Amino acid sequence: MNKALLFGMASLFLGACASERVVLLPSADGAPGAVVIRDKAGEIRLDQPYAAVKRTLDSNRVYQSSPQEVSERYGPTLAVLPQRPNAYILYFETGGNVLTAESTVALKALRTEIAERPASEVLVIGHTDRVGSVDGNDKLSLKRAELIRGVLIESGVDAGKLETIGRGERDPLVPTADEVDEPRNRRVEINVR
Amino acid sequence: MIKVSKGAVSIERDGKKLAADVGAPVQVADRVRTGADGAVGVTLRDNTLLSAGPNSLIVIDKFAYDSVTQDGKMSVGVRKGTLAVASGRIAKRTPESVDFHTPTSILGVRGTEFVIEVEGEGDE
Repeated sequence: MNKALLFGMASLFLGACASERVVLLPSADGAPGAVVIRDKAGEIRLDQPYAAVKRTLDSNRVYQSSPQEVSERYGPTLAVLPQRPNAYILYFETGGNVLTAESTVALKALRTEIAERPASEVLVIGHTDRVGSVDGNDKLSLKRAELIRGVLIESGVDAGKLETIGRGERDPLVPTADEVDEPRNRRVEINVR
Repeated sequence: MIKVSKGAVSIERDGKKLAADVGAPVQVADRVRTGADGAVGVTLRDNTLLSAGPNSLIVIDKFAYDSVTQDGKMSVGVRKGTLAVASGRIAKRTPESVDFHTPTSILGVRGTEFVIEVEGEGDE
């Protein structure tokens, strides 16, 4: 057997050994999801929990994986998936900058979570309803967020962990027509990750 | 930012090898590498969760996210090893702006969680 042929067989063997695999997992919130895998041969869509594809040089094999296989193959990987982000919503008493009683309780839980999460980061997002102009609402929502930022810093949260933004009227909790007064949209959302 | 780090984990940036301790930032163009006993968990600014198992090499090719408008894009490569993904805000809002890729394929995401494994000799 000549050297070139031997080398050719060796690369073929390596090629056959190299493989890739994708397994779709059930989503934490139960919402349906899908992954589309594109390669030279075409497109494979996985849209059921534990649907999987094993790809080698010359074949794509779609199969149904299982929680057992996932835990055996990917246990160490999934064990270090970071803790899910969590969101809090704080409301003010009407016409002022005093938190409602419920929100005061939520603030305490929020502070505990910020302190306990490893390397926690906090995004403070102010929101408005759709009364007034987009520009005006951007400013107002930022003011609301900055107010909460102040409350958090005062209660001992490291300012370096905080990012403060005003999302204005873009992201309503309750979608409404323009110029509708909707108290549930006048809020500050705090995302801890 | 790195949220979980176990065993040998490093970040390669501008040709330098940096410690990947909990709290270390992860930036665009970083290569995150784990050793035989290593594993690492990263949360991106759009709430995407990533984790890599032992003997992995993950590259953050693109990441941009505007937290006000929630527009953004991301592209993450798995050169070898395993990567688990729980997709975040960008994939929810504009799934077409998100992709994951391996040496031989590109994955598009429709708001979901999955694992990618690349076995073999692939490295650089």
